[in-house]
Amino acid sequence: MKSIYENEMKLEFISKSNNEAFARISVAAFASQLDPTIEELSDIKTAVSEAVTNAIVHGYEEKEGIVKLVCKLIGNLVIIEISDTGKGIENIEIAKTPLYTSKPNLERSGMGFTIMENFMDEMKVESIVGIGTKVTMKKMIKKDEIEENAISEVLNQNSNIN
Amino acid sequence: MNTKYIEKDKLLRLELLEEIDHHEVEKIRRKADDEIARFLPRKVIFDFNNVSFMDSAGIGMVLGRYKMINMLGGTLEMENVSTPLRKIFEMSGITKICPIRN
Repeated sequence: MKSIYENEMKLEFISKSNNEAFARISVAAFASQLDPTIEELSDIKTAVSEAVTNAIVHGYEEKEGIVKLVCKLIGNLVIIEISDTGKGIENIEIAKTPLYTSKPNLERSGMGFTIMENFMDEMKVESIVGIGTKVTMKKMIKKDEIEENAISEVLNQNSNIN
Repeated sequence: MNTKYIEKDKLLRLELLEEIDHHEVEKIRRKADDEIARFLPRKVIFDFNNVSFMDSAGIGMVLGRYKMINMLGGTLEMENVSTPLRKIFEMSGITKICPIRN
């Protein structure tokens, strides 16, 4: 079946913490096709790192499992899905609260979801206890530039009318 | 991580390297705690000059060291924090207790 996306990649890896760097570097390399700024790339890497760390630390609680990562590109949009088949989240709203952590003894900051929400344009968490968790994140590359172009296009059209 | 202790100022400088994430943080934590316990400094400075990536694991690591230093009556500061790292630290509010210099 032909993908509706312009490009798409899938990765599956074991829930080992040294794969956190592998995952974020892979996504950054793939998303580079859209020619993002250094800041946009850094935001994506950080958000991916947070989601993958959550799957390893909370989803699988450091036991072995498979983390799945899908990255899709359409227009200037990057869509990233990170999922695990781990223990799941009982209350997503509580989990998303800034500074909340279910594992305070591990020196976790409780900022993972807050960072994902702030660094990406959209973030959605779906989870079923005992089945697993999926985080979907979207980020528009060169959003400012696109908006500026759209505005100047409208202004040009108006000046043509006048 | 490179460490430097300046006896006359009771100052411990910890220079972090490359990437700070959940995987790397365990080694940093162990080494930092050993150095703090060895010198019992009045002040600890974390230098981020050579850090190319950090996620929220860095916040937890700094906060943990702050608690230890604070218990010993010392202070903790951060130096050479790049813009992306600053964004992460400021979001968590940690900079109110561990100020960023220059």
